[in-house]
Amino acid sequence: MKIIPKIKLNVDLEIAFTHILAKKKQTVIVSFAAAIGIAAFIFLNSLVLGFNRDSDEALFKSTPHIRIYVDDKISEPLLNDTANNNIAVISNPKIVNESKKLLNPNRILSEVKQIEDVTTVTAWLSINVFYNNGSAQVNGSSSGVNINEANEMFDIQSSMVEGNLQDLISTPNGIILGVGIADNLNVILNDNISVVSSIGIVKVMKVVGLFKTSNSVVDKSKSYMNLSLAQQLMAEGPDYITDIYVNVKDPDKAASYLPMIIERTGYNAEDWKAANESAEASKKTRGIMMGSISIIILIVAAFTIYNIVNMTVKQKLHDIAILKAQGFAGKSVVKIFISEAMIIGILATIMGLFIGAALVKALSKDYIGGDRGYFPIDFEPEIMIMGIIIGLLVAFIAGFIPARGAAKIDPVAIFRNL
Amino acid sequence: MQTILRAENISKYFYTPQKFKVLDDISFEIKKSEFVSIIGKSGSGKSTLLYVLSTMDTDYSGNIFIENELITGSKLDKLAQIRNINIGFVFQFHYLLPEFTCLKNVMIPAMKLNRFSREEIEESAYQKLKLLGIEEQALKPASKLSGGQQQRVAIARALINEPKIIMCDEPTGNLDSKNSDIILDIFKQISKDLNQTIVAVTHDIDFANSSDRIIEMQDGRIL
Repeated sequence: MKIIPKIKLNVDLEIAFTHILAKKKQTVIVSFAAAIGIAAFIFLNSLVLGFNRDSDEALFKSTPHIRIYVDDKISEPLLNDTANNNIAVISNPKIVNESKKLLNPNRILSEVKQIEDVTTVTAWLSINVFYNNGSAQVNGSSSGVNINEANEMFDIQSSMVEGNLQDLISTPNGIILGVGIADNLNVILNDNISVVSSIGIVKVMKVVGLFKTSNSVVDKSKSYMNLSLAQQLMAEGPDYITDIYVNVKDPDKAASYLPMIIERTGYNAEDWKAANESAEASKKTRGIMMGSISIIILIVAAFTIYNIVNMTVKQKLHDIAILKAQGFAGKSVVKIFISEAMIIGILATIMGLFIGAALVKALSKDYIGGDRGYFPIDFEPEIMIMGIIIGLLVAFIAGFIPARGAAKIDPVAIFRNL
Repeated sequence: MQTILRAENISKYFYTPQKFKVLDDISFEIKKSEFVSIIGKSGSGKSTLLYVLSTMDTDYSGNIFIENELITGSKLDKLAQIRNINIGFVFQFHYLLPEFTCLKNVMIPAMKLNRFSREEIEESAYQKLKLLGIEEQALKPASKLSGGQQQRVAIARALINEPKIIMCDEPTGNLDSKNSDIILDIFKQISKDLNQTIVAVTHDIDFANSSDRIIEMQDGRIL
């Protein structure tokens, strides 16, 4: 059997198409105006999404998704045990001078590793140090790390400009310096420097690598060394760990793992959003700014569609009256005018997608410089899809209001007022 | 003879500018294939009666039956369907849709009825236009025709679904005498040859005199 594909137009749709085709120029102009609204929505939201993603990536170069640490304890302010004729002891509430050491870090590491969706777990020891070369001295902080795990987490390799990460493993007293420190101390690869810790322990260390980040303050203070050497600089044993860093599959869900981690380890844990509230706040601010601008533009777009459909209804009162006389029900009339709005909406959405994509493409070629390089914007499929949905929804609503008005027209009133 | 349209105790008020009884307890019957004219002075309620009978005006008391089926009180969508199937309209003004060809204008009520294929509807629309002697205008836009021709297209459109009743409101009111005569001849012809029931409100006394029956109205009552 042969199946002949045949587009069978419903009479309501056919009337809608005929109306639209009778005013092509107007339709194109209105569609274009609405398309600019949809393009602006796509463009502005891609802008925010790209920028936020870029900011997060920059953040995740130095911040883990979750950090496990020993929380400060405040001393009990008051012992008010006067019931048994005891003397009340009042003391100033202060931070208890307790060790920041995590007990049995290997157990914690293996516990956390077992949690589903945890991608990387690494022990971390941050210490404050002075870097010395002759009389030159630079202060800063050094991270005692397992360099392979640290690299997996923060992609240190990508910021290395000289030397090799693996050399840190083969050189127990090796250190990887920020380029700013190396410049200030006037040292190059394979030179020796002395490093002094906050408790006065001195170690001679060999520069095995240099890194350069986008932040010159970091480059002038930060370094990486082996965990064991950092422990020695603090005069502590091999189980001295102050922080455990955890990365999970979806950083946005990091907070949801906190209760489980706190329960399993018994220590406090904090996710990256809590640790970087200001970054989150500025992300929200950007979202609200761009969101409100794009909504205003979309409302203007909706009005252009509303306006033309409304005008068509006003011009075609007689046509609507005769259609109703001939047996077109109210819902058919609604369908005719919503279809007209939707035809404009579909045209506008298609044009809007292309204009939006062109704007995104143009901006992605714009060189900003600094640590960003090219503007961090890209084609975002979910925003494109949202643009399509919103474009069609806007057209539907803009068409529905005048269409409902058209359906309520009383044909008798029209015929008798002639 | 079979009764096609029956009105029972129809009353209707206008409320603006003040309460006024425009139709006062009207009852009558129209038989199949009758050609009835409703005449009367302006304000006698003849047009109001027509629109009540047309099912488009639902604000009245009393009952209306089409072929003994009560239509009073039906839902609006149902009434639209009843009009689509049973009633053809011809007004003083043609009310053709300007973007469509004459042929399409005639086809639209049949396309709404959706009982026949597109080809069958087109064929039937051609026949109606031919019956009214304007088949050569079929593919022209409705706005390009003369007033008399436009009114003939409107009649063809009223005939397309082969309705039980054609209702006319001043069908010759906008035409010169020559065109009025043509339209009148057409009505006589479709009444006689097609056994078509016609109810026409008119001022045109020649038109009324050519019909089978005249209903004269005064002050909301049938004389």
